[in-house]
Amino acid sequence: MKVLCTVKRIIDPDVKAKLTASGALDTGNVDYKLNPFDEYGIEEAVRLKEKGVASEVVVLCVGSSDAEKEIRTALAMGADRGILVKVDDPYEGLDMLGVARLLAEVIKKEAPQVVIMGKLSVDTEGNTVGQMLAELLGWGQATFAYKLDIEGNSAVVGREVDGGTASVKVSLPAIVTADLRLNEPRYATLPGIMKAKKKPLDTIDASDLDADIEQKVTTLGYELPPARKAGEFVADVDTLFNKLKSEAKVI
Amino acid sequence: MSTILVVADHLEGVLKNATLPTVGFAKAAAAISGSTVVGLVLGSGADGVAETFAKYVDRVIYIDDSAYANYLAEAYAPAVAAVAKEVGAVIVAGASTTTGKDYLPRAAARLDAGFVSDVIAVFEHDGAPAYKRPIWAGNLIERVASSADVTVVTVRTTNFEAAPATAGGKVEKRTGGASKSGAAEFVSFEQVKSDRPALTDASVVVSGGRGLKSAEAFGIIEDLADTLGGAVGASRAAVDSGYAPNDWQVGQTGKIVAPNLYIAVAISGAIQHLAGMKGSKTIVAINKNGEEPIFQVADYGLVADAFAAVPDLTSKIKASK
Repeated sequence: MKVLCTVKRIIDPDVKAKLTASGALDTGNVDYKLNPFDEYGIEEAVRLKEKGVASEVVVLCVGSSDAEKEIRTALAMGADRGILVKVDDPYEGLDMLGVARLLAEVIKKEAPQVVIMGKLSVDTEGNTVGQMLAELLGWGQATFAYKLDIEGNSAVVGREVDGGTASVKVSLPAIVTADLRLNEPRYATLPGIMKAKKKPLDTIDASDLDADIEQKVTTLGYELPPARKAGEFVADVDTLFNKLKSEAKVI
Repeated sequence: MSTILVVADHLEGVLKNATLPTVGFAKAAAAISGSTVVGLVLGSGADGVAETFAKYVDRVIYIDDSAYANYLAEAYAPAVAAVAKEVGAVIVAGASTTTGKDYLPRAAARLDAGFVSDVIAVFEHDGAPAYKRPIWAGNLIERVASSADVTVVTVRTTNFEAAPATAGGKVEKRTGGASKSGAAEFVSFEQVKSDRPALTDASVVVSGGRGLKSAEAFGIIEDLADTLGGAVGASRAAVDSGYAPNDWQVGQTGKIVAPNLYIAVAISGAIQHLAGMKGSKTIVAINKNGEEPIFQVADYGLVADAFAAVPDLTSKIKASK
């Protein structure tokens, strides 16, 4: 069966955010990387292939032409081929439903049995696209997966939820979104990276897809979160106890 | 008059606390859009939930169907979308819990709606509600507006006050009519039972990190938390190392908490962890390395070995009671 993984090239959130004088995002000194949650999806798909459950792993990305680098990273981890839905700047002019619609158009043509993707991208932190995609395709969804078992025409998925864990059975095709403890993604090896260079990577222009991606949610601007007032070091447990009792009045 | 629809979070016949700050958000948005606030309960035998919820909103629509006995996004999303259309909702809101995050984006796609996740503030822009939300692990706040006829939002409940009970509205109960997609079926929900308050509701949270080096060592964290009547949290590193259950994880991908007192023990303060707790009122960091980033957000920092300092603090608090 065919497994499709979506990936996103993101601004690395570990680099401290800066704003320009006009309040726009300062992208001068940022780093880009493959969204870590998508790596869990790719790892899971590649393991399905190694177990003989999956026959092909396709990587799909909505991004600028720079995102070819992140697609190649996924191919180096063991995916078979890549598809880039090209937009000028994924951070401009696209909202999450727009991204889901673009992905849905390609997924209809590719017709995979399961789509595995990160539960969220750690830059814009939507945690929405997988769920939207499931609705647009009319498929079942299993979000926040920590365990995935394919059993014939269905998948049983363990989910990390508030208050414990849940399990859901979805008929295939279905959308699975990966949480932290689904697996431990591998690093691409040098031979993997060499092989990835020769794997097929098709580019589709977003405007050639029959998707209504008119933006409904727009960014008005950014601001830095309020800074916490400077704290103090205390010498010992006694001082800490007294401060908490008399100054902060929290115990 | 337009409507803001708030969907209840509930479990085992009890309205979850997360619902009330979501109503708090809805009332703030309603003050801008001039809307009434309507509640929606999807459940099976959840009459009590609907009655409680009705104390906080103008009216409640309660749909009773066995299809809602065990939560499934495939059942919730079409029902939420249908009721949103029926009442002419301009905003559909739910708490940013793992349940809300699961079905609300699906309902949004069904409604062709705008979607805004993790709303921390609502403000007026061009005469309509606009929203603030954290991005980049809380390092940046994005201000967004939606031009759609209906906007679906998840609400970060630590950022809104719980709505007070008012005169309350009526419950309109309906029975049956759930759509059954067959695409998904509920298998199980394994609840972690605890006598402690829920992490997201607790006024005190004591969290442990990888520096504790074992699951047994979390005993000193639990003792301190129990002495303060608080909840126990953990860093992702501690959860990944198997020292604490995943349900304890505080951070960007775990629980977002904002208690009166947050005590971080043997936690380095990775950006992902800070994103989940830096809204806390008073933060205490105890770590033997004074260079760790956790101290940058702490009101009180103690450079000390956790195994000596934490039991010492616990016994001092016990002695003072």
